[in-house]
This record gives sequence, C-alpha cells and structure tokens, in this order.
Amino acid sequence: MSVARDLTTRGGRVAVAATTYAYFALILLLPLGWLAWEAFGFGATTLLEKLGSDAALHAFWLTAVIAALTAVFNGVFGIALAITFTRQRFFGRSLANALIDMPFAVSPVVAGLMIILVYGPRGLLGFFFEGLGLPMVFALPGMVLASVFVTFPFVVRELIPVLEQAGTEMEEAARTLGAPPWTVFREVTLPTIRGALAYGTALTVARSLGEFGAVLVVSGNIALRTQTAPLFVYQAYADFDMPAAFAASLVLILVAIAMLVLLGIWRRRRDRLERRRV
Amino acid sequence: MRLGARLGKLLNAPGFHRPALRSLALGYLLVLVILPAGGLVWSALAHGPVVFWRHVMQPEALAALRLTFLVATLAAVLSALFGTVAAFAMTRFRIPGRGLLDAVVDLPFVVPTAVGGLMVFALYAPTGPLAGATSALGLQVLYAKPGIVLALMFVTFPFTIRAVQPLIEGLDLAVEEAAATLGATRGQTFRWIVWPSIARGVATGALLSFARALGEFGTIVIVSGNLPYKTKVASVYIYGEVESGRPESAAAVSLVLVLLSAGLLLLSDRVLHRKRRGRRVPVVETGTVGAAAGGRR
Repeated sequence: MSVARDLTTRGGRVAVAATTYAYFALILLLPLGWLAWEAFGFGATTLLEKLGSDAALHAFWLTAVIAALTAVFNGVFGIALAITFTRQRFFGRSLANALIDMPFAVSPVVAGLMIILVYGPRGLLGFFFEGLGLPMVFALPGMVLASVFVTFPFVVRELIPVLEQAGTEMEEAARTLGAPPWTVFREVTLPTIRGALAYGTALTVARSLGEFGAVLVVSGNIALRTQTAPLFVYQAYADFDMPAAFAASLVLILVAIAMLVLLGIWRRRRDRLERRRV
Repeated sequence: MRLGARLGKLLNAPGFHRPALRSLALGYLLVLVILPAGGLVWSALAHGPVVFWRHVMQPEALAALRLTFLVATLAAVLSALFGTVAAFAMTRFRIPGRGLLDAVVDLPFVVPTAVGGLMVFALYAPTGPLAGATSALGLQVLYAKPGIVLALMFVTFPFTIRAVQPLIEGLDLAVEEAAATLGATRGQTFRWIVWPSIARGVATGALLSFARALGEFGTIVIVSGNLPYKTKVASVYIYGEVESGRPESAAAVSLVLVLLSAGLLLLSDRVLHRKRRGRRVPVVETGTVGAAAGGRR
C-alpha cells in the first residue's frame, strides 16, 4: 500500500485534486449555484408570481403531458421492439437494429426538421393527417412525435441486453406447460424486464422533460398553446423577462435533481433485480 | 366480454402473435425513425447532388460547419483531459467531497439545455460574478467562442468521467506496485501500465463529447449571440433556415451533420468496444453517461 501511495507524489495529488475542484466549480457548480442565487435575488414573491402566470402554468402542464405520453408510447413499443429483436429472426433485422440508435446521432434541431419534413403540411404523412383535419406540426401531436423521436432508443436499448441474457428457456417452459403467449408475457417476460423497463422509462421521462431544440422547431413556440417549460425559459430570456426565465429554470433544475435521484435509485434496483436472476 | 380478455384472446390465437408483434414494432420504427430519416435524405437530395452541394457550400453554411467543428473539437479535448483528471481524483485519490462530486456529475444530462445555457449566460453576463475577471483578462466569453466552448463543456461534462471511472476502478494496484519495485519511474508506470488500460475510456469520452457537441443547440443559442460567420454554429444555422422557410437548405446541412456524428458514433462503437457482447462494457454500465450520449452503445 505504501508503494502504491508513493506512485504519486503529494504535490501531484494536490494538483490533481485542485484541478478537479476547479473543473467542477467552473463548469458545473458555479453556473448552477449562481443561477439559483440570482433567482432568489428577485425575491420569493416575484418568483411565485412569475410561476403562477397562465403562460408558465400552461408550459409546465404541457411538459408533463408530453413526457407522460412519450413514456407510454416508448415504453409499450419499446417492449414490442425489444421482444421482436431478441426473439425473432427476419429480413433486415441488423439494419433495423442499427437504425434504432439513429436518433442519438441527430441534433435536436435536425430531429425537429425530420418530423416537419414528414408530418408537416407538405410532408408524406402530414398531408394525410391534414386532410383528416388533424394538424401534426405546430400542435401537440407533432411535439409528442419529436419527443418520442429523441428518446426512442432508451427503453429498447435497456431491454434488449436483459432479454438476451435471460434467454428463452423460461418462456419455452411456460409455453410447453400450456401457457398462451399473453400469459407467458405477463408472467415470465414482464417480471424479467421490469427493472430495466422502469429505468429506461425514467431516462425517457428525464430527457423528454428537458427537450428543447426538437420541440422548438416542431411547436412554433406559441405561448399558452405549444410552449413547453424549456421553451418558456427561452422565450422569457429572449423577452428580457429574467425573473420569469430564472424562476422557471429553478423549478426545472429542482425537477432535474429529483429525476437524478430517482434514476440512481432505479438503476440500483435494476442491477439488484438482475443480479438476483443470475 | 372485457376488452382485456378479448384482446388477450386475439393475441393468444395460434400463429397470430409473432407476426402481429413484429409488424407493430417495425411499423413504429418505420413511422418514427425510418420515414423521418428518409424524409431528410430525400429533402436534401431531391433536387440533385449539385443543389445539395450548393446549399452546403453556401458561405454562411460553410462558416457555421467550420465553427461547429472547431468548438466541438476544443470542447471534446478539454472535456476528455479534465474529465480524465477528475476521474482519477474521484476514484484513485479519493479526494474529500468525492461523494458529492459523484452525485452531481450527471446533472448536465437531466438539466434542460436551455437552462444550462441560461446558467452560463448568467455567470458571464456583465452583472455576473465572473464578468470582472474575464474582462480584466481581455477575454470575451458571451457572444464569442469561449462562451460556446464553456457551454459545450457543461453539456459534455459526464461523458469522459463516466467512461474512465470504471476503468480506473478496475486497475490492479499490484501491477503498478510491481512496476515500481522493478524500477519504473512514475512516468513509465503511467505510460506503460495505466494508460493502456484507460485509453479506450478516454477516447470514448472524447468521441461521445465530440458527437454531442456537433449537434448541441439549446445552450449555444443562448450564449453565442448567433452572429453569422462569427458565432453561428451549424444547428443554429439549420434552425434559422427552417424558420425562414428554406427546408431544403436546412436538410442539406443537416445531412452533413448527421453523417458526421453517425459515423463517429459507429466508430466509437466498432473500434473502441470490440468486445461488446452482453452488457459488461464499462461505458455502458455507468448508467446515464451512455444515456446522455446516447444510450447503451
């Protein structure tokens, strides 16, 4: 042990520690702390007044609705995709598998543009929906689509390794014993993946709550209609309404911290469930 | 009959559920990912390669792409460098407060980018605490490249730390001790024992940071001022083109950006994690970093 300690000099250790503290402070903690400090500088009354405005309340409500819908869609279809990719062989499987990751390689703005190109009034599918009197872009459906797109891989990528590792023996045993497919899914597959499913869904919600670029492009950013909480922050900043921007930011930061704690708990739970199975 | 039971009966019908499940899953993939991606490619190339090229070669677009490349490189290098140092400090040297540091590393992943941009903005604004220091140094942060790089360093903060941490934890101290007893200097031990084990993590962190930085929008749009030819990055340029009703031009520049970052992510996937069976890959296992970058790759 003493030798290992000698591997780095005391001076070296101090330098590394100092660099680390400075890095964390300058890039992460100081920006975070200063924003909170400046927000509180406006006074609690002002902050609450700004948060209580119709536009702010609507923005937070809309953000919650979009995150919930995104989690449901990507949760349900994420399960379907993961089971399909681990339990079935079909033409184009590996190509489709690679395409699942595509949304992560795409800038949020480009993601928004992609949705507009297909679901906009002149798009391939948008044209169809427009004919039904159901506009997608600059309305809630398009915003959900954008949010679903940017979070697309989270649940699938969580589930695929779990399903691969679990193998098919249990499912086959259940089937041999006469269990119909839906029962096999409910009684065998779902319990296997539940830890990973919860974690993947939490990642989806976390990302969806903060999504900005894609939603900005798709929504048109109309206050009281298509303005989510991050868009509200941006608009308030652009309008020099700093108290409103800081107040909403503060709430979003608190939500983010809560999500981080939740993610930590669910990640540990997922690992525990997996270890128990193995 | 209850709806659930009826649905269950349908799903349980022999020969039905496998093709049905596959169609459902692949249909979802088609409608949400493949068609939008195809729409982008189509929109960029529909008028032929000449028009595509003209859109990309537009001076403002080219300047934006160049700037994006520059700031992304700077941010990736700085993130990889300081991230590696921080990972060492947090795992090997066990510095005081490491528990707190470890808890906040992933914050940039959950904080909305617009809020991240506002943080950097507030810190370096004329009324902020660092305005005096930076102006004394003659350094303009906001509406200039340093601000963009700082914003990108915020956004990419977790990547390298989370990629390198588990590798350092996995290092066997006994090997380093053996090297030292055999007369290796500290530099030699690092170069020949430590570095080969962590290089992959550092490279992964840098690549993920670079790919993320290429596409970043929310923080930059707030701190950069978005001056054409000076501080307007590619994502902001694309946004401007969409807003001005020029989707073809936006799609062309987008395609360049997408191909670049998709290529890089593939590279990090294939080259850096050759053994990627199962999920015992360090970067993958660290939770949100993969997610932040984009998932368990």
